[in-house]
Amino acid sequence: MIPPEFEYHRPETIDQALVLLTQHGEEAKILAGGHSLLPLMKLRFAEPAHLVDLNFIESLRGIKESNGLIEIAAMTTESQLITSPLLLDKCPLIPDAASQIADPQVRSRGTIGGDIVHADPGNDHPAIMLALEASFVILGSNGERIVPASGFFLGAFDTQLEENEILKAIQVPVSVAGSGHAYCKLKRKTGDFATAASAVSLVVEGGVCKKINIALTNVGATALKAEAAESILTGQTLSDLLMEKAVEKAMAICDPAEDLRGDREYKIHMAGEMTRRAIREAFAKATGGG
Amino acid sequence: MASTPEDKQRKENLAGIGCARKRKEDPRFIQGKGHYVDDIKLPDMVYGALVRSPYAHARIKGINKDAALALPGVLTVLTADDLKPLKLHWMPTLAGDVQAVLADEKVCFQQQEVAMVIATDRYIAADAVELVEVDYEELPALVDPHQAMVDDAPVIREDLVGKDEAGQGKRIHDNHIFSWEVGDKSKTDATFKKAAVTVKEEMLNQRVHPCPLETCGCVASFDKVNGHLTVHITSQAPHIVRTVVSMLSGIAESKVRIISPDIGGGFGNKVGIYPGYVVAIVASIVLGQPVKWIESRIENLSSTAFARDYHMVGELAADKNGLIQAMRVNVLADHGAFNSHAQPTKWPAGLFSICTGSYDIPVAYARVDGVYTNKAPGGVAYRCSFRVTEAVYVIERMIDVLAKKLAIDPAEIRRRNFIKADQFPYQSALGWSYDSGNYPAALDKVLEAVDYEGLRKEQAEKRARGELMGIGLSTFTEIVGAGPSKACDVLGVGMFESCEIRVHPTGSVIARIGTISQGQGHQTTYAQIIASELGIPSDQIQIEEGDTDTVPYGLGTYGSRSTPVGGAAAATAARKIRDKARKIAAHLLDVSEQDLEWDIDRFRVEGAPDQVKTMKDIAWAAYNNVPDGLEMGLESVNYYDPPNFTFPFGAYLCVVDIDKYTGETKVRRFYALDDCGTRINPMIIEGQIHGGLTEAFAVAMEQQLVFDESGSIHGNSLMDYFLPTFVETPVWETDYTVTPSPHHPLGAKGVAESPHVGGIPCFSNAVNDAFSHLDIKHINMPHSAFRVWKTIHAQGLDKRT
Amino acid sequence: MAKKHISFTLNRQNIDVLVEPRELLIHVIREQLQKTGSHIGCETSHCGACTLDLNGQSVKACTVLAVQAEGGEVLTVEGLLQNDKLHPLQEAFMQEHGLQCGFCTPGMLMRAYRFLQENPQPTEAEIRSGMAGNLCRCTGYQNIIKAVQTAAKNMASA
Repeated sequence: MIPPEFEYHRPETIDQALVLLTQHGEEAKILAGGHSLLPLMKLRFAEPAHLVDLNFIESLRGIKESNGLIEIAAMTTESQLITSPLLLDKCPLIPDAASQIADPQVRSRGTIGGDIVHADPGNDHPAIMLALEASFVILGSNGERIVPASGFFLGAFDTQLEENEILKAIQVPVSVAGSGHAYCKLKRKTGDFATAASAVSLVVEGGVCKKINIALTNVGATALKAEAAESILTGQTLSDLLMEKAVEKAMAICDPAEDLRGDREYKIHMAGEMTRRAIREAFAKATGGG
Repeated sequence: MASTPEDKQRKENLAGIGCARKRKEDPRFIQGKGHYVDDIKLPDMVYGALVRSPYAHARIKGINKDAALALPGVLTVLTADDLKPLKLHWMPTLAGDVQAVLADEKVCFQQQEVAMVIATDRYIAADAVELVEVDYEELPALVDPHQAMVDDAPVIREDLVGKDEAGQGKRIHDNHIFSWEVGDKSKTDATFKKAAVTVKEEMLNQRVHPCPLETCGCVASFDKVNGHLTVHITSQAPHIVRTVVSMLSGIAESKVRIISPDIGGGFGNKVGIYPGYVVAIVASIVLGQPVKWIESRIENLSSTAFARDYHMVGELAADKNGLIQAMRVNVLADHGAFNSHAQPTKWPAGLFSICTGSYDIPVAYARVDGVYTNKAPGGVAYRCSFRVTEAVYVIERMIDVLAKKLAIDPAEIRRRNFIKADQFPYQSALGWSYDSGNYPAALDKVLEAVDYEGLRKEQAEKRARGELMGIGLSTFTEIVGAGPSKACDVLGVGMFESCEIRVHPTGSVIARIGTISQGQGHQTTYAQIIASELGIPSDQIQIEEGDTDTVPYGLGTYGSRSTPVGGAAAATAARKIRDKARKIAAHLLDVSEQDLEWDIDRFRVEGAPDQVKTMKDIAWAAYNNVPDGLEMGLESVNYYDPPNFTFPFGAYLCVVDIDKYTGETKVRRFYALDDCGTRINPMIIEGQIHGGLTEAFAVAMEQQLVFDESGSIHGNSLMDYFLPTFVETPVWETDYTVTPSPHHPLGAKGVAESPHVGGIPCFSNAVNDAFSHLDIKHINMPHSAFRVWKTIHAQGLDKRT
Repeated sequence: MAKKHISFTLNRQNIDVLVEPRELLIHVIREQLQKTGSHIGCETSHCGACTLDLNGQSVKACTVLAVQAEGGEVLTVEGLLQNDKLHPLQEAFMQEHGLQCGFCTPGMLMRAYRFLQENPQPTEAEIRSGMAGNLCRCTGYQNIIKAVQTAAKNMASA
């Protein structure tokens, strides 16, 4: 379990990092927390000739708020997400989800940006991003572009991020009055990916669900947005009947691969069950019951 | 003699048997000063790494080492062809079979050892492994043991074709290894025919791995000048390794030194002798340099020493009151590609015949057939005595199956069938003589502690509400402490244990014992035994193990044999010293030996309490003033050949709540009562029970080595293989009774494996019990959320109305 | 590949070593610097036997490159002892029988060391989740939890 040889680069600015990425093209890989990439390299499934380590770029750390948006720099670690007073106050779904990822040591290295960009179907942040309607601030040699989370994930380990681009930050809207969130994740044990998980973000006004986002983890090639399920509940008061209809719609979009966590049937049902629990929990929080 | 406060103080000063003494091992471990194999760094040491097969079954058409050898830093690449001139490409197994050291013309399991690269550092060795080109021709793989003996099954062991035996009796098919049977078949069959009630169930003890936190490895160092070979190795049985290495290499046993330093957990994984060790030794002999080989975790889980893989059919015959009249068990045992299970040599199915358990079953029969498959070899005892977990599982599950059929409470049916306290020593139908026990007392204590009636009431209420709650019982009996040499040997060496004790003139002691601790705290507990026997404080007693140059021959630590056999050797050796000390004391006090009585830490003259000689006085005198005709010095050696095994037992109870929408099982309560006879260190006993229960929990709930149809192993890293963390692990409650073993010098029986052996059926019974109101007789382990949910879903229990 | 000079502090001492970029921090600490207290159990960042403190955080050193420690502060179990005095956690692990084979112990201690700074008075549930990145095969964790509680108590009253 020894990684192959590579050249190590330690840029101190994003510009330096971009130059390195352009220079080395597909031979280069970005090193963020390293907890996905280094194991792959040890197994020799990945053999990049150049590693560009973003850990020492100050501008890629930190969480701030401006104009109703929270901006989380991409190299912010899971531990920093969990303890951020700003997020706990204004976007609690992210710390909630982050605390369900891996274990304390892994969370002190693992970053939100790395989790998103690596786009492993088992990673948790992609679904959270979909549920929060996040946007990604992406820097390339041609400048900055902002891409919505919706549509960003193209397939397993595949996103709209180009080879010579860097995810700089994640923007999420500040949660409004009457909103509730939940991330329900079923896993076999600490450190495991989800068997299935569901992220829910909703807004309730006078008992009516004004808006709801539902996104699922690890039951398809990418995180899945359960739009049909959302439309069942939008504009409605929550009832058992509607809940079951929505859950059914969420299950219908799942296309998981069988593995040691379970077969397709189980995973689809668990996606449904996690969705049911997440909706209930988010609703309770929105209405002051959670 | 009345015990005075002063006597009590003297006794406490010894910190002997019964004392919850703090461990002597701990100061080095908590300061990072443990000394494990991978910590060893010798001058000129080089590193070995194995090239392994990606296929489960394939012919090797060629191996090209050129690219690997061209890499700077690579010293050599060894393959079977390089070992052939030394006749070391195959090696004997402990089970009478042979195993390829490096694959000879074909590979028989995925990850089999094909070549070893030796390089100046482990990074270069890892790179070179990638550069060795092996040309394979894939063959059909045999994965399902039930298909092993069909007519057109692929033949795995071409080296054995035409041979009607593979070291353990007659075989009837190219993929058959042995048949082993015990008991009275015709009487058993006849009892089944006329029985009022019979039950029969197929059940699997799935293939698992002991997975100690430290993987296997060694540093082999051959000194070409004086012809000495020293091997630091992760071995639970260093003397056996020495004998085997000497036999294989031709180096005199006296010039082979095997050292087991600190070992990061064993649990049976480190009993075997693995190809990696052998090739590292050969490489060191060839190169004249020390060679280190350390497994990765993936290699560990894929290639060294799995456990279980017993496909069992259990049957009980009973009368209508649930009194068991006969038991019958048939087992298909998947031993993988080579029969390298670690059992006493004459016991192809280990001590499986303990399967009649704690119950007075008049007649029984068991048969085990071993077969080859394209999987890693092994079949070790994972935190248990040989095949005892499998045996205890089948009886403890079957008695619940019988209870359900007769609608008798599982506690009640056990009580009706228990061997009674006055039946000991008890002769079992399958040939064992149980030393001692009091099973009803243990069960009653547990039932009362947990309010069993109350739990059953709660369960009924929950069932009425559609909730799933299970209560599992396990009232197990183990057989440990292998073993009497008339019954047990390893490659012809009897399974005695040894202890050498030296008392120095100033009264401190060094004792050397042939076992080897892997976390059990031998340095602490052996000293306590000797302290109580010799009247010398345990802090003055230094325990050494694991170095074959200094320690007398011993068979090692596995199968709970350290206390039953090693502890007996220590006590017996100490008693020899005390006998000599008595002679010296009599001489010093000028009285006859018969006039002396032993008093904690001294001899005193009977009737003259002031006339005493302490062991400290006697130790000094042993080196300057002994009676005529007596040798100077105060030393002894004992090779203890136990008259019988010991039979620890216990009563466990587990309460689970199952989430019917996810299949997750929550262990709400686990109450473990153990009876290991005399208790030497209660703190260490409790720690062993916590650990064993946690391993049992892992096996019952989630552990499994999974293979696909091509024989590829899945889940062979800690991403998938279930080692419970702090979060998953339940809280354990412990309790005890004390029923000493009548034949052990101290009355002790051994304890560390009971929680694993007794725990697994307890968890499994609890999960099964959650479904006992439904038409489900048995659900196989592991009881993972996924598998439990499949049961729930098939029954429609997760429907929302 | 060209080796690089890196410097960092290890247990409060300045260190300067020459490493390949691909060398893992755990290998450099154990082999070049011969601090063998931190162990390797899984190599995939699951077992936590290699846990040490890097810049005030618990990390699994099997999944950190040595070059990433450049300029940093590393503390291993060998650095817990100060002025010949054991850390209260070390005392508590002995007191509560929080170890058996000892292989996971250095990683456990280093995680507990950082954890008690993050949360000086943890509940049992908080200990369980805060220590969830460290596997032990011997103890069943119960006595480790006790040890962390004992240490927390002793540190609070010190």
